[in-house]
Amino acid sequence: MGEQTKQKKSNKKQKRAVMRTIILTLLVAAIGYTIYNSATAEDVSILEVGDKAPDFALVDLEGNTHKLSDYEGQGVFLNFWGTWCKPCAKEMPAMDRQYEAFSNDGVQVLAVNIAQSDFEVQSFADQYGLSFPVVIDKTKSVMTAYNIRPLPTTVLVNPEGNIERIITGEMTEQDIEGFMEEIKPE
Amino acid sequence: MENLQCQCGHVNPPGTKLCESCGRSLTEKEQNSKLVDMRYEGTARRSQTYNKSIIDKIWNFFSSVKVGVSIIVVLLVAAAIGTILPQQAFVPATTETAIKDYYADTYGSIGRAYHFLGFHDLYSSYWFIALVGMLAISLVIASLDRFVPLYKSLKNQRVLRHPSFMDKQRIYANGPGTEDTLQKAETKLKELKYKVRTEKNGLLAEKGRFSRWGPYVNHIGLIIFLFGVMLRMIPGFYIDESLWLREGETRAIPEVPGYYLESKNFELENYTGEGGEEIFGEALDRVGTVAKNYQTDVVLYQTAEGALPGAADGQEVVKEYPIRVNQPLKFDGYAIYQMDYRLDELRAMTFALTNKETEESLGELTIDLINPEDTYELESGSTVELLGYYPDFSGFENGEPQTATPLPNNPGFLVKLTTSETPEGETSFITIQNTVEPLGENEYKLSFLSVETRDVSGLTVRKDSTLPILGLGGLIFMIGVAQGMYFNHRRFWIQQKADGTILLAGHTNKNWFGLKKDLDQVVDYASLPAYTDQQDEIDKVEKAEKDGEALS
Repeated sequence: MGEQTKQKKSNKKQKRAVMRTIILTLLVAAIGYTIYNSATAEDVSILEVGDKAPDFALVDLEGNTHKLSDYEGQGVFLNFWGTWCKPCAKEMPAMDRQYEAFSNDGVQVLAVNIAQSDFEVQSFADQYGLSFPVVIDKTKSVMTAYNIRPLPTTVLVNPEGNIERIITGEMTEQDIEGFMEEIKPE
Repeated sequence: MENLQCQCGHVNPPGTKLCESCGRSLTEKEQNSKLVDMRYEGTARRSQTYNKSIIDKIWNFFSSVKVGVSIIVVLLVAAAIGTILPQQAFVPATTETAIKDYYADTYGSIGRAYHFLGFHDLYSSYWFIALVGMLAISLVIASLDRFVPLYKSLKNQRVLRHPSFMDKQRIYANGPGTEDTLQKAETKLKELKYKVRTEKNGLLAEKGRFSRWGPYVNHIGLIIFLFGVMLRMIPGFYIDESLWLREGETRAIPEVPGYYLESKNFELENYTGEGGEEIFGEALDRVGTVAKNYQTDVVLYQTAEGALPGAADGQEVVKEYPIRVNQPLKFDGYAIYQMDYRLDELRAMTFALTNKETEESLGELTIDLINPEDTYELESGSTVELLGYYPDFSGFENGEPQTATPLPNNPGFLVKLTTSETPEGETSFITIQNTVEPLGENEYKLSFLSVETRDVSGLTVRKDSTLPILGLGGLIFMIGVAQGMYFNHRRFWIQQKADGTILLAGHTNKNWFGLKKDLDQVVDYASLPAYTDQQDEIDKVEKAEKDGEALS
């Protein structure tokens, strides 16, 4: 009888400890998750390295449509820019030189202008003698899909179509060379 | 701690105040007091019982009402401090560092500390969220620890209680009764909608036990509410984005893939005080301009399924709608609100090509500032060629005109004017109220004639999937409040001893007046002995003592 009650009691104790541990763990996990989410809410780069790069179709200054998925198998150097953005302008000539060097190795540069007029983009492209395609995101839809905040932002897409790296701010020519090397198909 | 065995033989868990079976007082304090403490039916709050492992210690900490109330107080104080300086959303700075500097520059070291401690964005600061989370833990654990024993105790309560339990109830009677007293009392109590159980020489009548669950139902509602608030922090559940949309522009709606919004027109209408509005004339004279309507006429487009961002084809009009204050455009779980506006942003400028000496005009041209052309041909055969366009001219850098933003706030044009008299062309750089002739004196100039403007709508894109959860939490909360506030748990214990003496005790969790009204009817009908309210007696004695002291 005494044995039995003891047995019952220790079972009950164990059950209680397990229940309490489960409840506390659940609650603490929920709070931890909330804090984590709130801490990362600021830099919601819903896009992350390793994600599939969202496909898009934009028209360049010659009227040709460039679809990101058409470049699968090549590395795509996706540069978001505007004519008013000084660091954007600064890195353009370096990008152009590196494009010349890497274009035969399967690296494509797409410069995505944010919703400016054809005239402004065309005169900018002429002034800098850009040889890579310059497309205009007239409705800011690609900018929205990629959640681009500051300019310039460069998204490196590898030959598999996944995001290899996201760079915000100006790049040096050395940076650009290194990045193109990174997404060069084997 | 050891289990407590009552004189009646029942074994109670440690910490119990009143025997679970017969109701005898088990602690010295209870034995010495005139009335028993009926909170939680004298059961042991579970957490007091076991305090061994670290889990038990944490559990016990949160089980305490004192801890729960302290957390609430800390939250309130923090929220109050958060109102002293403006929150970061209302500060004229956008980037992380700019905001930090703003607090330091504007409010000095207090501002620096304020920012450092996270008060500038209180609801998102990790410690505030942690505190709210601790409050949630406290709610869950404190409720569980009290609800479970209370539920068990009320479920297993016995009809017959020990006389020492009964004479320590607030409502108590002891006196002679007749043979059918118990039966009559039962009939009357049933008539009054009490649930009556009898056992041997006694009865237990009970009504409204569910009102005891009110606080716990209420807490469940709060937990659901907090859960809904938590979901807001998870991407996809809650969207609150702003969108500046200019007349004539089509823009992708942020965070809403596949949808585009075009603004056809923005309108700000004021009360005129004329016509049917004469009645407002006096008020308008007093306060000046009063807005009657803010409205953006929009067209909502949706791209075909599988269409890619940027691809213009396959867009379909979903609907045209005038967005007004409190009349958002609603679609697919999203709502777009009219929030703000800016009037009269430059849109197009009209110039005349004139001879500087004779002031003779060779024709007019209008430059669309949003989408300028390369060349403008005039009727006279003259041309104006646009060499450069700087929508927000901010000065020269290395002889190169610069633009600060893509918006036409201060447009600058580099133009080449060609007329029959100047076939080589003359170059001139034009900004508002200023012309520079970089390559020498010109014969012709562009003189400014007029400007076209457009308005900008400040819209807010919102989606809140947590609203139904918040609503449910609120509803359950209110049900709990009503359950606990508007219903009472009333009980009567009646026993008849072998000599015919009647023992009667009554208890309710609130509204003693109602309980007495019920009892009066039963006393009348079943001729029970007259009862006393022992709390009143105690109060009277205390009052008399006090008065006595005051007199002496």
